[in-house]
Amino acid sequence: MTDNHIDQPESRVPARVIGTPSSNGPILSGDNRREAGAAFLADEDVHEVKGVPGVVYQDPASARRAERLVALLFTITFLAGAAFIAAYVAFQVGTIDKTAVSNYALGGTLSVALLSLASGITLWVRRIMPKYYLVQERHPMASDSATREYVKETFLEGANESGFVKHKLLRRTLLLAAAPLGLAPLVLLKDLGPLPGTSLRHTVWGAPTKDGKPRRLVVEGTGQPIRAADFNSPGGILSVVPEGYEEDLNALAKATLILLKFRPEEIKSGTNLNWTHDGIVAYSKICTHVGCPAALYEQTTHHILCPCHQSTFDAADGAKVIFGPAARPLPQLPIGIDGEGYLVAKSDFNVPVGPSFWERGDAEAEAREKKA
Amino acid sequence: MNTPPKAIADTSTFLDDRLGAGRFLKRNLRKVFPDHWSFLLGEIALYSFIILLLTGTFLTLWFKPSMGEVTYSGSYQPLVGVRMSEAYASALNISFDVRGGLLIRQIHHWAALLFVAGMTVHMLRVFFTGAYRKPRELNWLIGVGLLTLALLEGLTGYSLPDDLLSGAGLRITEGVMMAIPIVGTYITFFLFGGEYPGHDVISRFFTIHILLIPGILLALISAHMILMWVQKHTQMPGTGRAETNVVGAPFYPAFMAKAGAFFLFTFAVIALLGTFAQINPIWLFGPYTPADISAGSQPDFYMGFLEGALRLMPSWEINFWGHTVALSVLIPALVPMGIIMTGLALYPFAEQWITGDRREHHIADRPRNNPHRTAIGISGIAFYGILWLLGANDEISANFKVSLYSTTIFGRFAIFIGPAIAYLIAYRICIGLQRKDAEVLSHGVESGVIKRMPNGEYIEVHTPAAQDIADHMRGKELIPVIESGVDGEGIPPKSARTALGRLRAKMSEAYGTDRVPFDGDGHAHDAGHHEEEHAAVGSGGDHKQLH
Repeated sequence: MTDNHIDQPESRVPARVIGTPSSNGPILSGDNRREAGAAFLADEDVHEVKGVPGVVYQDPASARRAERLVALLFTITFLAGAAFIAAYVAFQVGTIDKTAVSNYALGGTLSVALLSLASGITLWVRRIMPKYYLVQERHPMASDSATREYVKETFLEGANESGFVKHKLLRRTLLLAAAPLGLAPLVLLKDLGPLPGTSLRHTVWGAPTKDGKPRRLVVEGTGQPIRAADFNSPGGILSVVPEGYEEDLNALAKATLILLKFRPEEIKSGTNLNWTHDGIVAYSKICTHVGCPAALYEQTTHHILCPCHQSTFDAADGAKVIFGPAARPLPQLPIGIDGEGYLVAKSDFNVPVGPSFWERGDAEAEAREKKA
Repeated sequence: MNTPPKAIADTSTFLDDRLGAGRFLKRNLRKVFPDHWSFLLGEIALYSFIILLLTGTFLTLWFKPSMGEVTYSGSYQPLVGVRMSEAYASALNISFDVRGGLLIRQIHHWAALLFVAGMTVHMLRVFFTGAYRKPRELNWLIGVGLLTLALLEGLTGYSLPDDLLSGAGLRITEGVMMAIPIVGTYITFFLFGGEYPGHDVISRFFTIHILLIPGILLALISAHMILMWVQKHTQMPGTGRAETNVVGAPFYPAFMAKAGAFFLFTFAVIALLGTFAQINPIWLFGPYTPADISAGSQPDFYMGFLEGALRLMPSWEINFWGHTVALSVLIPALVPMGIIMTGLALYPFAEQWITGDRREHHIADRPRNNPHRTAIGISGIAFYGILWLLGANDEISANFKVSLYSTTIFGRFAIFIGPAIAYLIAYRICIGLQRKDAEVLSHGVESGVIKRMPNGEYIEVHTPAAQDIADHMRGKELIPVIESGVDGEGIPPKSARTALGRLRAKMSEAYGTDRVPFDGDGHAHDAGHHEEEHAAVGSGGDHKQLH
């Protein structure tokens, strides 16, 4: 099984001398088949064999007709190329419409130029160049046994001469020397970022504002604080961000909320009522699967759906998972109102928001224990 | 005969005088390249890569890989005054303030899709025809590496414009990285320079996308080409073709010109797509914010199977000793990709182990002639295809009015049943096609001539198949089976005595046994086909060639 030699036919020499006429007659009718000269097939491996037509020249009259067609196609390429340059100068960009016109003009001329050039060359190959049915010998990849033997011996000899085999200490210390150098590039990468620490467990909701008051919930986009009394139609939903961090993407990636208003009788046991205010519930908008914003809400069923992988949460029942790949409910944020009646965060989430990670553990169970 | 211009006549002398290129050129100018439509698939990928390098370089001249915040003040009115990253603003500028910028951006994106698609079908061609067999295993491994890198390259490029859609992809990437046990959070913090999204990831992805991966791709593609050149291309079986030769057209001038034309065709098709088929209209999505997403967010097609896997997965998660393993993320993110890429990489070696075949192969198999390999490949396609389809289950649900959850539940079963069914069907089809070949070889093809026999029986005259077709069919090569039978004294060979050895022998027998052997005349030994004796091969004069 170690024999990787191909069975070669007895004779690998060509059936006839290169440059002499082929013994089998031309397969195609007509006299459009000229002999391949010696210069043509200089490589002794390339030749014609029986049953394969070899080099078949095109009929000169047909080739001349094809030449005119090819010339026409090349001229079209020239014109289209010139039109491309003209279009670049003529059509400016800026508005949607102007950009569209420029795009069509540039792209259209470029496509026509490329297409006709490609067609021209194809016609050239097919109608003007000869048809080739050449045969080239293939040799096994392996070198002949003498060469292999020589290389193997040389390799061993070199290894012995270098002393790499004999001098153990040399070999071992060289490996030892290489180890830290190999690690160095990895070590250098350490400053790519800080260590995670506990940062994944906190959001900005837990940090009080500069003047020490609880942080207000504000509407995403407008930045308006939300007066609980105004958010009063059951079935209502708002996308909410923390006051003071409206434009901070790092904060938003963890702290964005969906705010929902329920009739009191709609809320089920999974929702922590102490963390709601007058039927208003706030959940993390960051999906617990891989972190997409769970942005779709179906009013009649109270289902929150993440559009990425379709994890579905029951908003009336503590956002527990009803379907899909998410393993945990969306964390609920404890909310209340401040002196002016605006909704505020009473504290941070009691569990990490967003996707699972190695150090997370069963934070929900820990939180329950702490409470008990 | 016209005398050729001096520039043509003297080129080779010029090169030989300076480089001694004569010997190389003598061997290689007339290098013979075999012809088959399926050999063009890899070229699509190669040419797409060249277009990607050209258009990508153009885009870098204007793109600013920065997450610094700016207020947009460019030509696109609806977003004027909106705060966004510099990356997104510069991508908008390329689209609306640089002439041809939108065209090149769209060509770049389409070329990327065609690059991965071209590689994929090329790889399928190589797989189904067994062109990965010895001596081409190394080139096959390079190919697997190229495909993996291309996916990474696509992922990093997709994230660069920093619009809402690309950000959604980035967020999913982050979620998946976080789920990696032990090191996940660290890797995430290092990649993003802290918490997601941070201020570094665009510039880091930019370097990876335009320097690191393209550099490796370029090196590997060159190696791929050199190995192909050195080992010579495989050829399909046919008249005059043998394991010891290549039949086809010489590199210079025919193959060179054909390849050049094909490059231009590829470029033209991509240019047409870039002109008329809008792709990734980033201005409609708006700047990225982790707080928002649009429904129907879809990745590029080559990420669809991972997306589908994520959607299919039930919500499994393990918590122990204060640690979490998010199986609902890890399994879909790693297992399908792992099965496909590892399976592809190991297949040539697994096949060698099963068949014990260590010979060189230069004649490609027709897929039907290795039914188990073909069935395994089709089964893999079914596996990939189901995941891919389920990656768009929200679109399927919306367009065909089926419940979203039913599509997911269907997928959870289909992912196991589908590949098995595909395997059986593909296997049966291969055997059926082999029978058809055997029939054509032994009985010829129907000539359309009806004859009345002296005894009153009517028969249709069959004529022998045309030479080239018959040669193509006779190119079927038997798959070796390892020696496993007991010898005269009832003792199995040493290799077949262990449990693994027995398994190997069994697999080898199943894999290699020829179910439809041809004999010398191409007669099928298949039972149940001999009653067709009367459909005899007709005499000369009625010859009709099957084409």
